[in-house]
Amino acid sequence: MAAETSDTSAKAESIVEVRHLSKTYDGRVRALEDINLSFPKGQLTTLLGPSGCGKTTMLKIIAGLLEPSSGEVFVNGKKITGPGPERAFVFQDFALMPWATVLRNAAFGLELRGMAKNERNEIARKYIAEVGLTGFENSYPRELSGGMRQRVGLARALAVNADVLLMDEPFSAVDEQTRRKFQEDMLALMEIEKKTFIFVTHSIEEAVYLSDQVVLLSRLPGKVSEIIKAPKAAGSPDEIRRDKVYLDTVEHIWQTLRKYLEE
Amino acid sequence: MKIFGVKIPMMYSLLIWVVLWEIVGQMEMFLVIPPFSGIVVAIIEMAQAENFHDAASLSLYSFAMGMLISIIVGIPLGLVMGKIPAADRLLGMWVNVFLSAPLSSLVPIIMILFGFGQTTIIVTVFMFAVWIITLDTCAGVKHINPSLLEMGESFGASSWQMYSKILIWAVLPEILAGLRLGLIRGVKGVIIGQLLVALIGMGELLTVYSRGFHMEEFWALILFLFAFALGTSWLISLLERRIEYYAGSRG
Repeated sequence: MAAETSDTSAKAESIVEVRHLSKTYDGRVRALEDINLSFPKGQLTTLLGPSGCGKTTMLKIIAGLLEPSSGEVFVNGKKITGPGPERAFVFQDFALMPWATVLRNAAFGLELRGMAKNERNEIARKYIAEVGLTGFENSYPRELSGGMRQRVGLARALAVNADVLLMDEPFSAVDEQTRRKFQEDMLALMEIEKKTFIFVTHSIEEAVYLSDQVVLLSRLPGKVSEIIKAPKAAGSPDEIRRDKVYLDTVEHIWQTLRKYLEE
Repeated sequence: MKIFGVKIPMMYSLLIWVVLWEIVGQMEMFLVIPPFSGIVVAIIEMAQAENFHDAASLSLYSFAMGMLISIIVGIPLGLVMGKIPAADRLLGMWVNVFLSAPLSSLVPIIMILFGFGQTTIIVTVFMFAVWIITLDTCAGVKHINPSLLEMGESFGASSWQMYSKILIWAVLPEILAGLRLGLIRGVKGVIIGQLLVALIGMGELLTVYSRGFHMEEFWALILFLFAFALGTSWLISLLERRIEYYAGSRG
């Protein structure tokens, strides 16, 4: 029933299409089974599910870091065969180079593309400012807190000017207060950047708070169990967190996920 | 070191041994242990002697060349073995064999292949030093944070960029540790090689001194070699500490 919820009207403006995607590890463990999804352009879609539902696997397949066992992924209408410049990845453990400064880390995607140093540093500085790290350009990752490190990871992904940002539980290694602030900043950033975000999380609140669309995945083998449109409530972050629709959506998702835990 | 509950600094404990040596030497208990003061005099004389200069520069040249080749071969080999499982399976066995084998016994064969000259010494240094560099580099690559590699891949790194911009830097602490151990083994290689060839460099001097019972000179040379080996490995460890500073928080 769920697959149909991604209605045909949205298809026209979807940027990432996942078709009949399956992934089996070692020929035995079925991580994903026949996933069909569209990700609307300019929106944030969250993949949400219990641990081991294959949500990170799906994200890495979309990133081109993993090969699907069968099925296809289309980005901008083109079938992907590996990583590409229209997609950028934000890693759960930040994946920063400890030997490089914040500036070089943020500019690294551009460095790999062979952009001249002045040019790429200028772009990186802009995004370092955008994620709120001005003044830390010459710091090393070990001198930063977890939240700040992930901001560097985000700046690096933004700097390459990809259409789609793939974020793998980006806030899970960050403490709760920092996490909330980071989420609020993310919302503000999405207003400026107008990019498509695909977001993996196991936090229901985070999913509903940030997303336009929440995809619920069931446990192994991962299947799409439900797609929930989460219309973003207007107002300040604190108002959203007390909003009735927000709270109802969180409750609804919890009741659905609960079934998998009891199974 | 502590004596009667009093903490004695490293330098003083060294001094105690020197004094002990001097006493034993002055008592003329053993032929092979001359007084330490005699050795000091010999070191000063040796530092001015022409044959020492020749031997030292010859040995240093062999050592440097052997180490250079070890680094040029060892690091890329380790990177490749760490990255490509097939290469590891093919070569890993040999690296481990050469690492644990008593290499001194191979020197005569090296001598047959490369003659009694410097080439043999360079090859010996290489054989002593290269394997630990390869093994440490390889181990480093295997323990690299996998998301760092995924990061490179997702941002479109070519395989050359993957090695030159990510892998080698991530593995630098292990490479340096391998290099430090390799240097110590390299010094062994120079001396063992030259001793067995017995015709050139430090090996010739050591042979001449020990056969002629010039014990002051013999010990002077030995102390010089100890100081050289410890000194170079100390320099590398300084560098290591600097690198640890940057690579300290892995991941």
